[in-house]
Amino acid sequence: MTFKIAASPHTHQRRTTQQVMRWVYLALIPGVLAQTYFFGFGVYIQLALALLTAWVAEGLCMRMRGRPIGHAWQDHTAIVTAVLLAVSIPALAPWWIIVMGTAFAIVVVKHVYGGVGQNLFNPAMAGYVLLLVSFPVQMTSWPIPAELAQIQVSITDTLNLIFTGFTSAGYNLEQLRMGIDGMTMATPLDSLRNDLNHQLTLTEALTKPVFGDIAGIGWAWVNLAFLAGGLVLIKQKIISWHIPGGMLVGLLVPAAIYWLFNPDQAITPMLHLLSGATMLGAFFIATDPVTAATSNKGRWVFGLLVGFIVFAIRTWGGYPDAVAFAVLLANMCVPVIDRYTQPIAYGHGGRS
Amino acid sequence: MSTYKELTWQGLWNNNPALVQLLGLCPLLAVTATVTNALGLGLATLLVLIGSNITVSLVREFVPKEIRIPVFVMVIATFVTVIQLLMNAYVYGLYQALGIFIPLIVTNCAIIGRAEAYASKNPWHHAAFDGLMMGLGFTLVLVLLGGIREIIGNGTLFDGANLLLGEWAAGLRIELFTVDYPLLLAILPPGAFIVMGFIIAGKNWIDQYRAARAEKPEKVVTRARVTSQ
Repeated sequence: MTFKIAASPHTHQRRTTQQVMRWVYLALIPGVLAQTYFFGFGVYIQLALALLTAWVAEGLCMRMRGRPIGHAWQDHTAIVTAVLLAVSIPALAPWWIIVMGTAFAIVVVKHVYGGVGQNLFNPAMAGYVLLLVSFPVQMTSWPIPAELAQIQVSITDTLNLIFTGFTSAGYNLEQLRMGIDGMTMATPLDSLRNDLNHQLTLTEALTKPVFGDIAGIGWAWVNLAFLAGGLVLIKQKIISWHIPGGMLVGLLVPAAIYWLFNPDQAITPMLHLLSGATMLGAFFIATDPVTAATSNKGRWVFGLLVGFIVFAIRTWGGYPDAVAFAVLLANMCVPVIDRYTQPIAYGHGGRS
Repeated sequence: MSTYKELTWQGLWNNNPALVQLLGLCPLLAVTATVTNALGLGLATLLVLIGSNITVSLVREFVPKEIRIPVFVMVIATFVTVIQLLMNAYVYGLYQALGIFIPLIVTNCAIIGRAEAYASKNPWHHAAFDGLMMGLGFTLVLVLLGGIREIIGNGTLFDGANLLLGEWAAGLRIELFTVDYPLLLAILPPGAFIVMGFIIAGKNWIDQYRAARAEKPEKVVTRARVTSQ
Protein backbone atom coordinates (compact mmCIF):
# COMPACT_ATOMS: atom_id res chain seq x y z
CA MET A 1 0.00 0.00 0.00
CA THR A 2 1.34 3.39 -0.90
CA PHE A 3 0.70 6.53 1.05
CA LYS A 4 0.46 9.60 -1.07
CA ILE A 5 2.61 12.41 0.28
CA ALA A 6 1.28 15.73 -0.93
CA ALA A 7 2.80 19.10 -0.22
CA SER A 8 0.68 21.88 1.26
CA PRO A 9 -1.78 23.49 0.74
CA HIS A 10 -4.06 20.65 1.79
CA THR A 11 -7.31 22.50 1.48
CA HIS A 12 -8.33 23.51 -1.97
CA GLN A 13 -10.65 26.03 -3.45
CA ARG A 14 -13.09 23.83 -5.29
CA ARG A 15 -13.98 26.47 -7.79
CA THR A 16 -12.11 27.47 -10.89
CA THR A 17 -11.54 31.11 -11.78
CA GLN A 18 -14.21 30.81 -14.42
CA GLN A 19 -16.81 29.64 -11.90
CA VAL A 20 -15.94 32.41 -9.44
CA MET A 21 -16.15 35.06 -12.15
CA ARG A 22 -19.42 33.63 -13.43
CA TRP A 23 -20.92 33.98 -9.94
CA VAL A 24 -19.72 37.57 -9.77
CA TYR A 25 -21.36 38.65 -13.00
CA LEU A 26 -24.50 36.67 -12.30
CA ALA A 27 -24.77 38.47 -8.97
CA LEU A 28 -24.52 41.78 -10.82
CA ILE A 29 -27.76 41.05 -12.72
CA PRO A 30 -30.19 42.54 -10.13
CA GLY A 31 -28.19 45.76 -10.12
CA VAL A 32 -28.09 45.91 -13.91
CA LEU A 33 -31.85 45.33 -14.09
CA ALA A 34 -32.50 48.07 -11.53
CA GLN A 35 -30.26 50.46 -13.43
CA THR A 36 -32.05 49.69 -16.67
CA TYR A 37 -35.40 50.29 -15.01
CA PHE A 38 -34.40 53.75 -13.83
CA PHE A 39 -31.92 54.93 -16.44
CA GLY A 40 -33.07 53.22 -19.63
CA PHE A 41 -31.79 50.75 -22.19
CA GLY A 42 -28.50 52.55 -22.56
CA VAL A 43 -27.15 50.26 -19.85
CA TYR A 44 -27.50 47.25 -22.17
CA ILE A 45 -25.81 49.02 -25.07
CA GLN A 46 -22.92 50.06 -22.84
CA LEU A 47 -22.69 46.44 -21.64
CA ALA A 48 -22.58 45.13 -25.20
CA LEU A 49 -19.93 47.64 -26.23
CA ALA A 50 -17.82 46.91 -23.15
CA LEU A 51 -18.00 43.14 -23.62
CA LEU A 52 -17.11 43.37 -27.30
CA THR A 53 -14.17 45.68 -26.61
CA ALA A 54 -12.92 43.51 -23.75
CA TRP A 55 -13.16 40.40 -25.91
CA VAL A 56 -11.19 41.94 -28.77
CA ALA A 57 -8.63 43.62 -26.52
CA GLU A 58 -8.04 40.44 -24.52
CA GLY A 59 -7.57 38.43 -27.71
CA LEU A 60 -5.16 40.95 -29.22
CA CYS A 61 -3.10 41.16 -26.03
CA MET A 62 -2.81 37.40 -25.68
CA ARG A 63 -1.79 37.17 -29.32
CA MET A 64 0.87 39.83 -28.93
CA ARG A 65 2.18 38.11 -25.83
CA GLY A 66 2.27 34.77 -27.61
CA ARG A 67 -0.10 33.06 -25.18
CA PRO A 68 -3.10 30.85 -25.96
CA ILE A 69 -6.03 33.14 -26.68
CA GLY A 70 -8.77 30.74 -25.70
CA HIS A 71 -7.31 30.52 -22.22
CA ALA A 72 -7.91 34.19 -21.53
CA TRP A 73 -11.41 34.15 -22.95
CA GLN A 74 -12.33 31.17 -20.81
CA ASP A 75 -11.46 32.56 -17.39
CA HIS A 76 -14.14 35.28 -17.68
CA THR A 77 -12.14 37.90 -15.76
CA ALA A 78 -12.41 40.26 -18.71
CA ILE A 79 -16.19 39.87 -18.63
CA VAL A 80 -16.31 41.01 -15.01
CA THR A 81 -14.06 43.99 -15.78
CA ALA A 82 -16.26 44.95 -18.74
CA VAL A 83 -19.51 44.62 -16.79
CA LEU A 84 -18.20 46.62 -13.82
CA LEU A 85 -17.03 49.41 -16.07
CA ALA A 86 -20.28 49.41 -18.06
CA VAL A 87 -22.44 49.79 -14.96
CA SER A 88 -20.16 52.52 -13.57
CA ILE A 89 -20.46 54.92 -16.47
CA PRO A 90 -23.53 57.00 -17.34
CA ALA A 91 -25.98 54.97 -19.42
CA LEU A 92 -26.20 57.47 -22.27
CA ALA A 93 -22.50 58.31 -22.56
CA PRO A 94 -21.14 58.38 -26.14
CA TRP A 95 -19.87 55.04 -27.45
CA TRP A 96 -16.18 55.95 -27.55
CA ILE A 97 -16.16 56.54 -23.79
CA ILE A 98 -16.81 52.93 -22.87
CA VAL A 99 -14.64 51.59 -25.70
CA MET A 100 -11.66 53.69 -24.65
CA GLY A 101 -12.12 52.87 -20.95
CA THR A 102 -12.41 49.13 -21.47
CA ALA A 103 -9.49 49.00 -23.88
CA PHE A 104 -7.30 50.92 -21.42
CA ALA A 105 -8.41 48.68 -18.55
CA ILE A 106 -7.61 45.47 -20.39
CA VAL A 107 -4.49 46.47 -22.33
CA VAL A 108 -2.64 48.83 -20.01
CA VAL A 109 -3.90 48.01 -16.53
CA LYS A 110 -4.18 44.24 -16.92
CA HIS A 111 -1.90 42.90 -19.65
CA VAL A 112 1.01 45.32 -19.35
CA TYR A 113 1.35 44.17 -15.75
CA GLY A 114 1.30 40.51 -16.80
CA GLY A 115 -2.34 39.50 -17.25
CA VAL A 116 -4.73 37.72 -14.93
CA GLY A 117 -3.68 37.82 -11.29
CA GLN A 118 -0.69 40.13 -11.82
CA ASN A 119 -2.29 43.54 -12.00
CA LEU A 120 -1.58 46.05 -9.26
CA PHE A 121 -4.74 48.08 -9.73
CA ASN A 122 -8.34 47.15 -10.25
CA PRO A 123 -8.64 47.33 -14.07
CA ALA A 124 -12.25 48.51 -14.16
CA MET A 125 -11.60 51.32 -11.71
CA ALA A 126 -8.36 52.42 -13.37
CA GLY A 127 -10.28 52.61 -16.66
CA TYR A 128 -13.01 54.58 -14.90
CA VAL A 129 -10.53 57.05 -13.45
CA LEU A 130 -8.90 57.53 -16.87
CA LEU A 131 -12.32 58.47 -18.23
CA LEU A 132 -13.34 60.61 -15.29
CA VAL A 133 -10.12 62.61 -15.32
CA SER A 134 -10.11 63.02 -19.09
CA PHE A 135 -13.79 63.58 -19.87
CA PRO A 136 -15.44 65.02 -16.76
CA VAL A 137 -18.49 66.34 -18.63
CA GLN A 138 -19.47 63.07 -20.29
CA MET A 139 -18.69 61.06 -17.17
CA THR A 140 -20.95 63.07 -14.89
CA SER A 141 -23.89 63.39 -17.30
CA TRP A 142 -26.08 60.73 -15.75
CA PRO A 143 -29.54 60.47 -17.31
CA ILE A 144 -32.22 61.40 -14.82
CA PRO A 145 -34.52 58.67 -13.52
CA ALA A 146 -37.33 57.93 -16.00
CA GLU A 147 -40.10 59.07 -13.67
CA LEU A 148 -38.64 62.59 -13.43
CA ALA A 149 -37.78 63.02 -17.08
CA GLN A 150 -39.61 65.37 -19.36
CA ILE A 151 -38.89 63.36 -22.49
CA GLN A 152 -38.96 59.58 -22.44
CA VAL A 153 -36.26 57.87 -24.47
CA SER A 154 -37.03 54.85 -26.65
CA ILE A 155 -34.59 52.12 -27.63
CA THR A 156 -33.87 53.60 -31.07
CA ASP A 157 -33.39 57.01 -29.52
CA THR A 158 -30.96 55.49 -27.00
CA LEU A 159 -28.95 53.96 -29.84
CA ASN A 160 -28.97 57.24 -31.73
CA LEU A 161 -27.86 59.13 -28.64
CA ILE A 162 -24.96 56.83 -27.89
CA PHE A 163 -23.67 56.66 -31.44
CA THR A 164 -24.49 60.11 -32.83
CA GLY A 165 -25.21 62.28 -29.81
CA PHE A 166 -28.76 63.17 -30.87
CA THR A 167 -32.13 61.45 -30.77
CA SER A 168 -34.19 61.15 -33.94
CA ALA A 169 -36.18 64.19 -32.82
CA GLY A 170 -32.97 66.16 -32.51
CA TYR A 171 -32.64 66.36 -28.75
CA ASN A 172 -29.16 66.10 -27.29
CA LEU A 173 -28.19 64.59 -23.96
CA GLU A 174 -28.18 67.93 -22.19
CA GLN A 175 -31.83 68.57 -23.15
CA LEU A 176 -32.88 65.07 -22.16
CA ARG A 177 -31.41 65.58 -18.73
CA MET A 178 -33.87 68.32 -17.95
CA GLY A 179 -36.52 67.54 -15.42
CA ILE A 180 -40.17 68.49 -15.59
CA ASP A 181 -39.29 71.93 -14.26
CA GLY A 182 -36.82 72.50 -17.09
CA MET A 183 -33.74 72.34 -14.86
CA THR A 184 -30.86 70.02 -15.71
CA MET A 185 -30.50 67.50 -12.91
CA ALA A 186 -27.35 66.15 -11.44
CA THR A 187 -26.98 62.91 -9.50
CA PRO A 188 -27.99 63.18 -5.84
CA LEU A 189 -24.39 63.35 -4.58
CA ASP A 190 -23.43 65.87 -7.25
CA SER A 191 -26.40 68.10 -6.56
CA LEU A 192 -25.86 67.92 -2.81
CA ARG A 193 -22.18 68.82 -3.14
CA ASN A 194 -22.98 71.82 -5.30
CA ASP A 195 -25.68 73.07 -2.97
CA LEU A 196 -23.60 72.64 0.16
CA ASN A 197 -20.77 74.50 -1.56
CA HIS A 198 -23.21 77.30 -2.28
CA GLN A 199 -23.95 77.73 1.41
CA LEU A 200 -27.31 76.00 1.35
CA THR A 201 -28.21 73.92 4.38
CA LEU A 202 -28.81 70.22 4.11
CA THR A 203 -32.58 70.59 4.52
CA GLU A 204 -32.73 73.11 1.71
CA ALA A 205 -30.55 70.99 -0.53
CA LEU A 206 -32.67 67.90 0.05
CA THR A 207 -35.85 69.54 -1.22
CA LYS A 208 -34.80 68.98 -4.85
CA PRO A 209 -36.95 66.39 -6.62
CA VAL A 210 -33.97 64.18 -7.44
CA PHE A 211 -33.71 63.00 -3.82
CA GLY A 212 -37.15 61.42 -3.50
CA ASP A 213 -37.88 59.92 -0.11
CA ILE A 214 -34.82 57.95 0.90
CA ALA A 215 -31.58 58.59 -0.91
CA GLY A 216 -32.31 59.72 -4.41
CA ILE A 217 -34.92 58.37 -6.79
CA GLY A 218 -33.58 55.28 -8.48
CA TRP A 219 -30.17 55.38 -6.81
CA ALA A 220 -31.42 53.87 -3.58
CA TRP A 221 -33.01 50.95 -5.44
CA VAL A 222 -29.95 50.41 -7.61
CA ASN A 223 -27.81 50.30 -4.49
CA LEU A 224 -30.18 47.89 -2.77
CA ALA A 225 -30.09 45.65 -5.85
CA PHE A 226 -26.31 45.58 -5.77
CA LEU A 227 -26.49 44.87 -2.04
CA ALA A 228 -28.74 41.88 -2.73
CA GLY A 229 -26.32 40.54 -5.33
CA GLY A 230 -23.43 41.07 -2.95
CA LEU A 231 -25.15 39.16 -0.17
CA VAL A 232 -25.59 36.23 -2.56
CA LEU A 233 -21.84 36.30 -3.21
CA ILE A 234 -21.13 36.21 0.53
CA LYS A 235 -23.61 33.38 0.99
CA GLN A 236 -21.89 31.46 -1.80
CA LYS A 237 -18.50 32.17 -0.19
CA ILE A 238 -17.25 33.83 -3.39
CA ILE A 239 -16.20 36.83 -1.34
CA SER A 240 -15.62 37.06 2.39
CA TRP A 241 -17.62 39.57 4.39
CA HIS A 242 -14.52 41.36 5.66
CA ILE A 243 -13.96 43.80 2.81
CA PRO A 244 -17.57 44.91 2.27
CA GLY A 245 -18.09 44.99 6.05
CA GLY A 246 -14.93 47.00 6.58
CA MET A 247 -15.77 49.40 3.81
CA LEU A 248 -19.31 50.06 4.99
CA VAL A 249 -18.15 50.52 8.59
CA GLY A 250 -15.26 52.72 7.47
CA LEU A 251 -17.72 54.87 5.54
CA LEU A 252 -20.65 54.86 7.97
CA VAL A 253 -18.91 55.55 11.28
CA PRO A 254 -17.00 58.70 10.27
CA ALA A 255 -20.00 59.84 8.23
CA ALA A 256 -22.35 59.42 11.18
CA ILE A 257 -20.00 61.22 13.59
CA TYR A 258 -19.43 64.07 11.15
CA TRP A 259 -23.16 64.35 10.50
CA LEU A 260 -24.06 64.38 14.21
CA PHE A 261 -21.69 67.25 14.86
CA ASN A 262 -22.48 69.04 11.65
CA PRO A 263 -26.08 68.23 10.75
CA ASP A 264 -26.51 71.15 8.39
CA GLN A 265 -23.48 70.75 6.18
CA ALA A 266 -22.85 67.03 6.05
CA ILE A 267 -24.14 64.34 3.74
CA THR A 268 -26.48 62.10 5.72
CA PRO A 269 -25.21 58.60 6.51
CA MET A 270 -28.19 57.17 4.61
CA LEU A 271 -27.20 59.07 1.47
CA HIS A 272 -23.64 57.86 1.89
CA LEU A 273 -24.78 54.26 2.03
CA LEU A 274 -27.49 54.25 -0.63
CA SER A 275 -26.24 56.71 -3.17
CA GLY A 276 -23.52 56.76 -5.77
CA ALA A 277 -21.53 53.59 -6.16
CA THR A 278 -21.29 52.60 -2.48
CA MET A 279 -22.80 49.13 -2.65
CA LEU A 280 -21.32 48.30 -6.05
CA GLY A 281 -17.94 49.35 -4.70
CA ALA A 282 -18.24 47.50 -1.41
CA PHE A 283 -19.36 44.15 -2.76
CA PHE A 284 -18.04 43.97 -6.32
CA ILE A 285 -15.14 46.36 -6.80
CA ALA A 286 -13.19 46.43 -3.54
CA THR A 287 -13.47 42.65 -3.25
CA ASP A 288 -11.43 41.95 -6.40
CA PRO A 289 -9.28 39.00 -5.22
CA VAL A 290 -6.21 40.14 -7.16
CA THR A 291 -5.86 43.70 -6.00
CA ALA A 292 -7.27 43.51 -2.44
CA ALA A 293 -5.44 42.37 0.69
CA THR A 294 -5.22 38.61 1.26
CA SER A 295 -5.53 37.75 4.96
CA ASN A 296 -8.79 38.32 6.82
CA LYS A 297 -7.25 40.92 9.10
CA GLY A 298 -5.72 42.61 6.07
CA ARG A 299 -9.09 42.62 4.34
CA TRP A 300 -10.61 44.41 7.31
CA VAL A 301 -7.93 47.08 7.21
CA PHE A 302 -8.29 47.38 3.42
CA GLY A 303 -12.07 47.73 3.65
CA LEU A 304 -11.88 50.32 6.41
CA LEU A 305 -9.35 52.28 4.41
CA VAL A 306 -11.50 52.27 1.27
CA GLY A 307 -14.55 53.34 3.26
CA PHE A 308 -12.74 56.15 5.01
CA ILE A 309 -11.24 57.50 1.78
CA VAL A 310 -14.70 57.47 0.17
CA PHE A 311 -16.04 59.48 3.10
CA ALA A 312 -13.12 61.90 3.02
CA ILE A 313 -13.32 62.59 -0.72
CA ARG A 314 -17.10 62.92 -0.70
CA THR A 315 -16.88 65.35 2.20
CA TRP A 316 -13.79 67.43 1.43
CA GLY A 317 -12.64 66.40 -2.03
CA GLY A 318 -13.30 67.81 -5.47
CA TYR A 319 -15.35 64.90 -6.82
CA PRO A 320 -18.91 64.03 -5.79
CA ASP A 321 -18.27 60.29 -5.68
CA ALA A 322 -15.05 58.60 -4.76
CA VAL A 323 -15.26 54.83 -4.90
CA ALA A 324 -12.88 54.52 -7.85
CA PHE A 325 -10.23 56.79 -6.34
CA ALA A 326 -10.60 55.14 -2.94
CA VAL A 327 -10.16 51.66 -4.38
CA LEU A 328 -7.08 52.67 -6.38
CA LEU A 329 -5.49 54.44 -3.41
CA ALA A 330 -6.16 51.44 -1.19
CA ASN A 331 -4.76 49.14 -3.90
CA MET A 332 -1.46 50.99 -3.54
CA CYS A 333 -1.44 50.28 0.20
CA VAL A 334 -2.07 46.56 -0.23
CA PRO A 335 1.61 45.46 -0.16
CA VAL A 336 2.08 47.31 3.14
CA ILE A 337 -1.16 45.95 4.57
CA ASP A 338 -0.22 42.42 3.57
CA ARG A 339 3.24 42.83 5.08
CA TYR A 340 1.89 43.78 8.52
CA THR A 341 -1.11 41.46 8.65
CA GLN A 342 0.58 38.27 7.60
CA PRO A 343 -0.96 35.48 9.71
CA ILE A 344 1.46 33.43 11.79
CA ALA A 345 1.57 29.80 10.74
CA TYR A 346 0.66 27.29 13.43
CA GLY A 347 3.71 26.35 15.49
CA HIS A 348 5.87 29.18 14.26
CA GLY A 349 5.97 31.39 17.33
CA GLY A 350 3.93 34.50 17.66
CA ARG A 351 3.35 36.57 20.70
CA SER A 352 2.97 34.00 23.51
CA MET B 1 38.55 59.10 -31.91
CA SER B 2 37.04 56.03 -30.37
CA THR B 3 36.48 57.96 -27.15
CA TYR B 4 34.10 60.30 -28.99
CA LYS B 5 32.29 57.41 -30.59
CA GLU B 6 31.93 55.73 -27.22
CA LEU B 7 30.66 58.96 -25.64
CA THR B 8 28.09 59.39 -28.41
CA TRP B 9 26.86 55.85 -28.00
CA GLN B 10 26.70 56.18 -24.21
CA GLY B 11 24.87 59.50 -24.21
CA LEU B 12 22.32 58.74 -26.89
CA TRP B 13 21.51 55.12 -26.16
CA ASN B 14 23.38 52.85 -23.74
CA ASN B 15 23.46 55.24 -20.81
CA ASN B 16 20.77 57.69 -21.85
CA PRO B 17 20.07 59.97 -18.85
CA ALA B 18 16.30 59.76 -19.27
CA LEU B 19 15.80 56.18 -20.40
CA VAL B 20 18.50 54.28 -18.51
CA GLN B 21 19.71 56.41 -15.63
CA LEU B 22 16.18 57.78 -15.09
CA LEU B 23 17.64 61.10 -13.97
CA GLY B 24 15.91 64.44 -14.18
CA LEU B 25 12.48 62.86 -14.28
CA CYS B 26 10.78 65.81 -12.59
CA PRO B 27 11.08 68.27 -15.51
CA LEU B 28 10.89 65.39 -17.94
CA LEU B 29 7.44 64.43 -16.74
CA ALA B 30 6.13 67.85 -15.85
CA VAL B 31 6.73 69.95 -18.95
CA THR B 32 6.51 67.52 -21.83
CA ALA B 33 2.86 68.13 -22.63
CA THR B 34 3.83 69.57 -26.03
CA VAL B 35 6.81 69.21 -28.36
CA THR B 36 7.63 72.90 -28.05
CA ASN B 37 7.88 72.85 -24.28
CA ALA B 38 9.91 69.65 -24.40
CA LEU B 39 12.31 71.05 -26.99
CA GLY B 40 12.71 74.31 -25.08
CA LEU B 41 13.53 72.61 -21.81
CA GLY B 42 15.74 70.07 -23.57
CA LEU B 43 17.82 72.76 -25.25
CA ALA B 44 18.14 74.71 -22.00
CA THR B 45 19.33 71.58 -20.22
CA LEU B 46 21.70 70.80 -23.06
CA LEU B 47 23.35 74.22 -22.90
CA VAL B 48 23.66 74.10 -19.12
CA LEU B 49 25.11 70.62 -19.30
CA ILE B 50 27.81 71.57 -21.82
CA GLY B 51 28.74 74.72 -19.90
CA SER B 52 28.86 73.06 -16.51
CA ASN B 53 30.79 70.06 -17.81
CA ILE B 54 33.49 72.27 -19.38
CA THR B 55 33.80 74.46 -16.28
CA VAL B 56 33.85 71.58 -13.83
CA SER B 57 36.46 69.83 -15.91
CA LEU B 58 38.64 72.95 -16.10
CA VAL B 59 38.57 73.62 -12.34
CA ARG B 60 38.77 69.99 -11.27
CA GLU B 61 42.44 70.25 -10.20
CA PHE B 62 41.75 73.20 -7.88
CA VAL B 63 38.61 72.02 -6.13
CA PRO B 64 39.18 70.17 -2.83
CA LYS B 65 37.43 66.80 -2.79
CA GLU B 66 35.49 67.64 0.38
CA ILE B 67 33.58 70.60 -1.02
CA ARG B 68 33.27 69.56 -4.63
CA ILE B 69 29.48 69.14 -4.59
CA PRO B 70 28.70 72.71 -3.44
CA VAL B 71 31.18 74.01 -6.00
CA PHE B 72 29.52 72.00 -8.77
CA VAL B 73 26.10 73.24 -7.73
CA MET B 74 27.35 76.83 -7.81
CA VAL B 75 28.74 76.33 -11.30
CA ILE B 76 25.49 74.78 -12.50
CA ALA B 77 23.39 77.49 -10.86
CA THR B 78 25.45 80.14 -12.63
CA PHE B 79 24.79 78.60 -16.02
CA VAL B 80 21.11 78.11 -15.25
CA THR B 81 20.81 81.78 -14.33
CA VAL B 82 22.46 82.76 -17.59
CA ILE B 83 20.09 80.55 -19.57
CA GLN B 84 17.11 81.78 -17.62
CA LEU B 85 17.94 85.42 -18.32
CA LEU B 86 18.54 84.65 -22.00
CA MET B 87 15.20 82.87 -22.29
CA ASN B 88 13.49 85.71 -20.47
CA ALA B 89 14.93 88.10 -23.03
CA TYR B 90 14.49 86.22 -26.29
CA VAL B 91 11.76 83.56 -25.90
CA TYR B 92 9.48 85.15 -23.35
CA GLY B 93 6.38 83.10 -24.22
CA LEU B 94 8.21 79.85 -23.71
CA TYR B 95 9.84 81.23 -20.57
CA GLN B 96 6.38 81.73 -19.14
CA ALA B 97 5.15 78.34 -20.30
CA LEU B 98 8.05 76.52 -18.62
CA GLY B 99 7.81 78.61 -15.46
CA ILE B 100 9.45 77.18 -12.38
CA PHE B 101 11.06 74.33 -14.31
CA ILE B 102 13.81 76.55 -15.74
CA PRO B 103 15.32 77.46 -12.33
CA LEU B 104 14.73 73.85 -11.32
CA ILE B 105 17.30 72.73 -13.91
CA VAL B 106 19.80 73.44 -11.10
CA THR B 107 18.51 70.41 -9.26
CA ASN B 108 18.41 68.19 -12.33
CA CYS B 109 20.37 65.15 -11.22
CA ALA B 110 21.41 64.38 -14.77
CA ILE B 111 23.60 67.49 -14.75
CA ILE B 112 25.21 67.10 -11.35
CA GLY B 113 25.52 63.40 -12.10
CA ARG B 114 27.61 64.08 -15.21
CA ALA B 115 29.67 66.69 -13.38
CA GLU B 116 30.48 64.25 -10.61
CA ALA B 117 30.80 61.05 -12.63
CA TYR B 118 32.52 62.27 -15.78
CA ALA B 119 33.55 65.92 -15.97
CA SER B 120 35.45 65.94 -12.68
CA LYS B 121 37.67 63.11 -13.89
CA ASN B 122 38.29 63.87 -17.57
CA PRO B 123 39.90 66.55 -19.76
CA TRP B 124 37.67 69.43 -20.84
CA HIS B 125 37.18 68.51 -24.50
CA HIS B 126 35.95 65.04 -23.59
CA ALA B 127 33.72 66.52 -20.88
CA ALA B 128 32.25 69.02 -23.35
CA PHE B 129 31.48 66.26 -25.83
CA ASP B 130 29.98 64.13 -23.07
CA GLY B 131 27.77 67.06 -22.06
CA LEU B 132 26.66 67.52 -25.65
CA MET B 133 25.77 63.87 -26.13
CA MET B 134 24.08 63.41 -22.75
CA GLY B 135 22.13 66.62 -23.35
CA LEU B 136 21.13 65.46 -26.81
CA GLY B 137 20.00 62.09 -25.46
CA PHE B 138 17.92 63.86 -22.82
CA THR B 139 16.46 66.29 -25.35
CA LEU B 140 15.56 63.55 -27.81
CA VAL B 141 13.65 61.60 -25.18
CA LEU B 142 11.93 64.79 -24.07
CA VAL B 143 10.85 65.60 -27.62
CA LEU B 144 9.69 62.05 -28.26
CA LEU B 145 7.66 62.04 -25.05
CA GLY B 146 6.26 65.48 -25.78
CA GLY B 147 5.33 64.43 -29.31
CA ILE B 148 3.51 61.30 -28.21
CA ARG B 149 1.64 63.11 -25.46
CA GLU B 150 0.70 65.99 -27.74
CA ILE B 151 -0.61 63.65 -30.44
CA ILE B 152 -2.60 61.49 -28.04
CA GLY B 153 -3.89 64.37 -25.98
CA ASN B 154 -4.52 67.08 -28.54
CA GLY B 155 -4.10 65.61 -32.00
CA THR B 156 -1.52 68.28 -32.91
CA LEU B 157 2.25 68.55 -33.29
CA PHE B 158 4.48 71.63 -32.79
CA ASP B 159 1.61 73.59 -31.29
CA GLY B 160 3.03 76.94 -30.20
CA ALA B 161 6.39 76.41 -31.89
CA ASN B 162 6.48 80.15 -32.60
CA LEU B 163 7.09 80.71 -28.87
CA LEU B 164 10.47 79.04 -29.23
CA LEU B 165 11.53 79.65 -32.83
CA GLY B 166 9.96 82.95 -33.79
CA GLU B 167 6.97 83.91 -35.87
CA TRP B 168 7.82 81.87 -38.98
CA ALA B 169 7.41 78.69 -36.91
CA ALA B 170 3.68 79.23 -36.45
CA GLY B 171 3.29 77.45 -39.78
CA LEU B 172 4.94 74.34 -38.35
CA ARG B 173 1.81 73.45 -36.42
CA ILE B 174 0.39 70.21 -37.75
CA GLU B 175 -3.15 69.20 -36.96
CA LEU B 176 -3.23 65.41 -37.26
CA PHE B 177 -6.84 65.03 -36.24
CA THR B 178 -9.38 67.21 -34.51
CA VAL B 179 -10.62 66.19 -31.12
CA ASP B 180 -13.79 67.53 -29.61
CA TYR B 181 -12.64 66.55 -26.16
CA PRO B 182 -8.88 66.34 -25.50
CA LEU B 183 -7.73 63.20 -23.68
CA LEU B 184 -6.71 65.14 -20.59
CA LEU B 185 -4.97 62.18 -18.99
CA ALA B 186 -2.25 62.20 -21.64
CA ILE B 187 -1.57 65.87 -20.99
CA LEU B 188 -1.65 65.55 -17.20
CA PRO B 189 1.36 64.06 -15.31
CA PRO B 190 -0.06 60.49 -15.06
CA GLY B 191 -0.02 60.34 -18.86
CA ALA B 192 3.67 61.26 -18.80
CA PHE B 193 4.43 58.37 -16.46
CA ILE B 194 2.48 55.90 -18.58
CA VAL B 195 4.01 57.01 -21.90
CA MET B 196 7.48 57.08 -20.31
CA GLY B 197 6.96 53.49 -19.16
CA PHE B 198 6.11 52.44 -22.70
CA ILE B 199 9.14 54.27 -24.14
CA ILE B 200 11.48 52.53 -21.67
CA ALA B 201 9.84 49.20 -22.45
CA GLY B 202 10.35 49.87 -26.15
CA LYS B 203 14.04 50.66 -25.60
CA ASN B 204 14.54 47.47 -23.62
CA TRP B 205 12.72 45.49 -26.29
CA ILE B 206 15.05 46.87 -29.00
CA ASP B 207 18.07 46.04 -26.81
CA GLN B 208 16.88 42.48 -26.33
CA TYR B 209 16.14 42.09 -30.00
CA ARG B 210 19.63 43.29 -30.91
CA ALA B 211 21.24 41.06 -28.31
CA ALA B 212 19.34 38.08 -29.64
CA ARG B 213 20.43 38.84 -33.18
CA ALA B 214 24.03 39.43 -32.17
CA GLU B 215 24.28 35.97 -30.66
CA LYS B 216 25.80 33.84 -33.28
CA PRO B 217 23.87 30.68 -33.98
CA GLU B 218 25.75 27.64 -32.73
CA LYS B 219 27.65 25.82 -35.36
CA VAL B 220 25.75 22.69 -36.26
CA VAL B 221 27.95 19.79 -37.03
CA THR B 222 26.47 17.57 -39.65
CA ARG B 223 28.05 14.23 -40.14
CA ALA B 224 28.43 12.92 -43.56
CA ARG B 225 27.09 9.46 -43.80
CA VAL B 226 29.68 7.19 -45.24
CA THR B 227 28.00 3.88 -44.79
CA SER B 228 24.81 2.76 -46.29
CA GLN B 229 21.84 2.07 -44.05
